[in-house]
Amino acid sequence: MSGLFSAEAWNKVWLYRGTFLLGLESTALTALFGLILALVIGIVLGLFATSGKKPLAFVARVYVEVIQNTPVLLQMCFLYYALAFSDLSIGIINTGILTLGIYHGAYVAEVVRAGIESIPRGQFEAAASQGFGYLGRMYYIILPQSIKIILPPMVNQVVNLIKNTSCLYIVGGTDLISVTYNFVTGENTGGAYAPAYILSGLLFFIVCCPLSSLASMWEISLKKRDVRSGQKARSAERMV
Amino acid sequence: MIKLEHVDKYFGDLHVLKDINLEVKEGEKLVIIGPSGSGKSTTVRCMNFLETPSSGHVYIDGEELTHHNKTKLVRRTTSMVFQQFNLYPHMTVLRNLTLAPMKLHHKSKKEAEELAYHYLDVVGLRDKAHVYPTTLSGGQQQRIAIARALCAQTRIILFDEPTSALDPETIQEVLDVMIKLAKENITMVVVTHEMGFARQVADRIVFMADGEILEEGTPDAFFENPSNERLKQFLGKIIRK
Repeated sequence: MSGLFSAEAWNKVWLYRGTFLLGLESTALTALFGLILALVIGIVLGLFATSGKKPLAFVARVYVEVIQNTPVLLQMCFLYYALAFSDLSIGIINTGILTLGIYHGAYVAEVVRAGIESIPRGQFEAAASQGFGYLGRMYYIILPQSIKIILPPMVNQVVNLIKNTSCLYIVGGTDLISVTYNFVTGENTGGAYAPAYILSGLLFFIVCCPLSSLASMWEISLKKRDVRSGQKARSAERMV
Repeated sequence: MIKLEHVDKYFGDLHVLKDINLEVKEGEKLVIIGPSGSGKSTTVRCMNFLETPSSGHVYIDGEELTHHNKTKLVRRTTSMVFQQFNLYPHMTVLRNLTLAPMKLHHKSKKEAEELAYHYLDVVGLRDKAHVYPTTLSGGQQQRIAIARALCAQTRIILFDEPTSALDPETIQEVLDVMIKLAKENITMVVVTHEMGFARQVADRIVFMADGEILEEGTPDAFFENPSNERLKQFLGKIIRK
């Protein structure tokens, strides 16, 4: 009954659709709070990295290198079992939020750093020469300009974060992938491989595809705008 | 008004400023000239701590400029005009002009805009208030940058090669604005290669080479009978046109 065209298998998946939706909810919840944590970590470390203060930049560098050069699965196991053995049971969802927040925080930090570094030095200097302090410089002048460079790769991070909730399977998660796998291997529900995986994939796709399309549309419109203002600038030069 | 005392600056092993002592008086128009790489930009950038001296002291209005007080002291006393204009490209001209007055000098929006329009009139670009800087020519952008500096209403304006990045045909419009300003009681420190401007506007000219001040004097003394050999060479090369 595992066949793609087995009506019975499709029927079973349909019967258990609520389970899949619960998995999706768990995935969405983990992803949402994980994202918030990743943004906080990423923005703080991105600012550290570009602060010009060596100790802060060093902290950011070490964090990013350690996190980016070890597998997220290992980080998840480590966190889960390390916490469990120190009698700090925080639950599966929180483990997922923490791990994904920490992991994607490193990538968000790099995105923020690159965005800030893409702004010409003169902008920092003009702001400093007017008497803007660090926060004022960032808030009024640098971040509004780097946001368009930061946004597209940031959306990709969000999509990756949603997909990475599947890592929770290794610690017995309640996310969509874990739910799907438990379903196809379950005693009562087992066997309906193809339909279950198709549904699970479809649910991921429905959530992630609009996000990544948004990112690419954003990129295209930003490029267009840059071309347009460039043209304007050139034609203005010709007029003078 | 501004005083540099035994200022040295190193970039790595490069000794770019060698024991610079320089005092700018209130209302004075000081022009710094010299070949590129002579440290003139670094000198003027030390005056608002865009560069921190490796050793020595900088005083503004008798108060020593330090890392601790630089943001507030600079905000109150100096403005700067850059070679590359450095207008904020994500803001309209008007917003470029009103940002610091509103956020740093606690002016109301109305006051800040009145101020902005006043100085847009001074630089002759009132009609550009609502466009974005990138749509303007280099000369226009620099005039806006000067208006932005004026909006802070500081008594000192530092100019770091304000015409060096401009097309030849737009240089004069910027110089004209600066000549107009020079008639006011603003203290101006100008790094430039424009000898005609220096001659017309400067109260005093400083010649730098290899990180040192080699000669200081009134424009007349400077151009009529330069005594320093390096200065003669430099003037010979640059005045040829």
